Amino acid sequence: MTSEAAARVVHLTKTYGAGNAQVRALDDVTVEFAAGEFTAVMGPSGSGKSTLMHCCAALDTADSGEVRLGSTVLNGLSDNELTRLRRDEIGFIFQSFNLVPTLTARENILLPLSIAGRSPEKAWFDSVIETVGLGDRLHHKPKELSGGQQQRVAVARALVSRPSIVFADEPTGNLDSQSGAEVLNLLRRSVDQHGQTIVMVTHDPVAAAHTDRVLFLADGTVVDELRHPDREQVLEVMTAMTAAQVARAAESD
Amino acid sequence: MLRAALKSLLGRKLRLLMSTFAIVLGVGFVSGSLIFGDTLNRSFTALFASTVGDVVVRPAGSGDAMAPSTVTIPASLQEELAAVDGAARADGNITTVGVYVIGENGQPVGGSGPPALGGNYSDAPAGHGLEGLELLEGRMPEKAGEVALDDLTAEKAGYSIGDTVPLVTTTKTPELEVTVVGILGFGHGGSLNGATFTAFDTRTAQELFLDGKDAYNDYWVTAEPGVTQEELRERVAEVLPPGLEAVTGDVAADEAASALLDQLSFITTFLLIFAVIALVVGSFLIVNTFSILVAQRSRELALLRALGASRRQVKWMVLVEAAVLGLVGAGLGLGLGVLLFLGIRLVFAQFGLDLSTTPMVFDLTTVLAALAIGVGVTMVAAWLPARRTGKIPPVAALRDDIALPETTLRRRFLIGTLAVVLGGVGIGLALFGSPPFAGYLLGVGALAVLLGVAAASPVLARPVLGGAHALFRRTHGMVGQLAGQNLQRNPRRTAATASALMIGLALCTTMAIVGSSAKASVDRAVSENFVGDYVISNVFALGFSPSIADRAAELDGVDSVTRIRFQYAERGGDLLLVQGVDPATLTDTLDVQLKQGELSSLTTKRNLLISESVADDEGLALGDRVRIDVPAGTVAFTVSGIYADNPLLDGGYLMGMETFAKAGYQPVDNFVFVGLADGADRQAVRSGLDRLVEKQKMLSVKDQEGLAEEARGPIDQLLTLIYGLLALALVIAVLGIVNTLALSVIERTREIGLLRAIGLSRRQLRRMIRLESMVISFLGALLGVVLGLVFGWVLLTDLADEGLEVISIPVVQLGGFLVVSLLVGVLAAVLPARRAAKLDVLQAIADE
Repeated sequence: MTSEAAARVVHLTKTYGAGNAQVRALDDVTVEFAAGEFTAVMGPSGSGKSTLMHCCAALDTADSGEVRLGSTVLNGLSDNELTRLRRDEIGFIFQSFNLVPTLTARENILLPLSIAGRSPEKAWFDSVIETVGLGDRLHHKPKELSGGQQQRVAVARALVSRPSIVFADEPTGNLDSQSGAEVLNLLRRSVDQHGQTIVMVTHDPVAAAHTDRVLFLADGTVVDELRHPDREQVLEVMTAMTAAQVARAAESD
Repeated sequence: MLRAALKSLLGRKLRLLMSTFAIVLGVGFVSGSLIFGDTLNRSFTALFASTVGDVVVRPAGSGDAMAPSTVTIPASLQEELAAVDGAARADGNITTVGVYVIGENGQPVGGSGPPALGGNYSDAPAGHGLEGLELLEGRMPEKAGEVALDDLTAEKAGYSIGDTVPLVTTTKTPELEVTVVGILGFGHGGSLNGATFTAFDTRTAQELFLDGKDAYNDYWVTAEPGVTQEELRERVAEVLPPGLEAVTGDVAADEAASALLDQLSFITTFLLIFAVIALVVGSFLIVNTFSILVAQRSRELALLRALGASRRQVKWMVLVEAAVLGLVGAGLGLGLGVLLFLGIRLVFAQFGLDLSTTPMVFDLTTVLAALAIGVGVTMVAAWLPARRTGKIPPVAALRDDIALPETTLRRRFLIGTLAVVLGGVGIGLALFGSPPFAGYLLGVGALAVLLGVAAASPVLARPVLGGAHALFRRTHGMVGQLAGQNLQRNPRRTAATASALMIGLALCTTMAIVGSSAKASVDRAVSENFVGDYVISNVFALGFSPSIADRAAELDGVDSVTRIRFQYAERGGDLLLVQGVDPATLTDTLDVQLKQGELSSLTTKRNLLISESVADDEGLALGDRVRIDVPAGTVAFTVSGIYADNPLLDGGYLMGMETFAKAGYQPVDNFVFVGLADGADRQAVRSGLDRLVEKQKMLSVKDQEGLAEEARGPIDQLLTLIYGLLALALVIAVLGIVNTLALSVIERTREIGLLRAIGLSRRQLRRMIRLESMVISFLGALLGVVLGLVFGWVLLTDLADEGLEVISIPVVQLGGFLVVSLLVGVLAAVLPARRAAKLDVLQAIADE
């Protein structure tokens, strides 16, 4: 754990459903995301990785435990306060791009600022555009862009308001490997060059290999962690986790 | 497939209910007017059947639309009629109108609506042995100062036997005090439908109404058992002197009923017009709803296609949904129709048309019409969207983007433009040419223009939507930008939603212009043509006793008195209004311009002045002979002059008073204009006149401004009524906006979730939807007001001959419509915006 935390959750617990159908998505999770770090959250389906991200990103609330963004405690904030937080402090990148179809690439990128009624800092905007490499496609509508280009627009949109933290939910899930690599490099660069904090949910070991740190979740708890991972290490941990899961399943039978 | 259709209907209850609302209203108006018409019909048929004898003997040519006349049949004929073979008895009747019973509250019973009948009473049975009016209580009047009243009138006025009752009549004796000695009524529970009847003994009736002549207005001849009406009529006709005719009771009753029902048919016409409006506006709503439903479900429908359903099956699934919807709407509409009928009956009871004794007539045809209209309109409206389901490829089930193939706007624009042009040509022809059925051509032309504009509206709307977009971008930044683009995303839907509002507002604007012009025309007519000081009249221009004018002339300070009388006549089967005037005093208080001939020519018998427009329309010239059916028979009059059109003399046929009386009309004044002498005390004259009409509750004394105000009154009342009904069309249109917005919110769930996720606040989201809503309704209002201006101009051009000479555009009011439309937009956005704001962000994003 280096420097101060951009986000931190303490004893976070969340369950869905009731009775037999009850699922414990997060089970007393305590995690920190350090500022300026690129973190991947991995785990099998239902491990709670998406729920963890949604709770950190002020999109969902937990049953108990505390969520802190920078120095702000999210628990108990009103919808308006959460909205403002999402607008000013958080950037999002979704798996399915999620661009507004009626707006051009440029307008999509500027959307968070426009909503806030702020105008972009010219230098920063230019540098973001340069980083994502969309210079000549700025006036196109989303449907005129390729998937990779659309996701790069989404990355630019997440970066443009200089959020303290960016959450990416399977950002390469819908992309071919080449476009995926471009997007991952882009994220990597924004961490290296601008000190951006990024938390990425993924189940792709290749994607995870671009990060500084990988958290592994299973059944709502953090089961492992890697620093400066490469693809093989990640695969190893995943294999071990699968084996453990199979063993547990055999036990309970 | 049927089950799939029904399931899908149930899954979308609220939305469909909103679409059904329009059908419910439309069917409600149709069935309400049918029920009302049928009930009215039965009621008057029953009434008139019991107010004619087996054979009626009357002056020849005295049609049913004619007022009671001064033409009489001598009493000596009674014995001859009674002696006809097959006649059981013959009874002479004296019947007149304008005998008002003044109730305990000082007001005439029945107001100014239904006729206030007066006459003698005989106990002769009505045709076919029906019980006519019979004595229920007390005894018959035997001498002057005694009367019998019909039971409902006595009850309403609060009188019983022995009470002293003030009467107001149109005879030379304007006021009477009489004692009630008997109560009359229909033993079998019928009623006079709100008319009042005051019975006198025959001698008194003759004194009052026939100048004391021993005569009658008509005779009833009652058949002996086994003799038919027609047999008796033939035998009676043989003994009649010339100038009289015999008709069977059945014919006389039919004539009377159909004449009256004709006069009342405007009510059903009025309601049917609104039914059509509701249905036209409603079908826009249905087209829209089904288009959106089909678009939303295109993946589901594609799945059905992928599973092997044919195009036809998918199309019919949608149409079956429409049919069920129409059926539900028609059922609810029938219920509304009954309520509407009860409402109308209540309203008309206020005006004196009392139908409470007739049970509601609920015909099978009413039910069938309601079902046919409800189901038919819904299915026709759903046809286009249903047809488009055929274009959904089965593979769409597997695809992510679910966009229905859209037909090009260009074709729609061309069709719309064509309809507007054809409609315009039709209107032009109707206005400036003289084709047959000009009225229908005008109506069909206007409808074509309306639908054409609606069809072309996605293109016509472009500048408005573009302008709104640009404006909002400035005023509301990104929220405005998003709202503007959402509107342009589906111009077809935006425009169709706006079109529903357009129709309602086009009609409102038309009425506003026509109403405002009518009022301006009235003002000008009064100020230009009435140069006297006061006028005595009532709001319906019903007649009153000539003695009022006699007494007014005797007041100190009164210089001149001008009487005007109106009565109906017929020319070649067409009803026309003839007016009696005194050429010597006419121009004292009225400004009458002669174009040809002299006013004084009216002193010569059988001379006639006609208005310029009558001369033009009928192709009549100075010196022509005109044959007109008046109570005294068919008389040939000579056109001795032509006068400039004058709204106070708008019948178009003027007679001198003597000619008027010779024609058989009762001497009853409708307007009395009063001019003051120089230096007269206005206040004193005014109070003198007021005292004259003190007991004549129907009458009032007015100056120029008062007369104009009184004439404006009915226009305002009518406008209020029309606005009230048009408001319903607006409600349908607003529901359409709510519907469209709600559906567009559902369609954009993901996008809204995204916007919320990246920081759009609920308030901003609501504002976005509100802006969209305001633009839709403003667009509708703008198109509507522009169309309404055109229609208003067309209508006024068409009506220019009818005295609507001034074209007045109520700018403030029209501006008000536009402002109100913005408020309507705000209102319509409330629910959809709330719904959008409540969306769960996570679910919205996850929704795929």
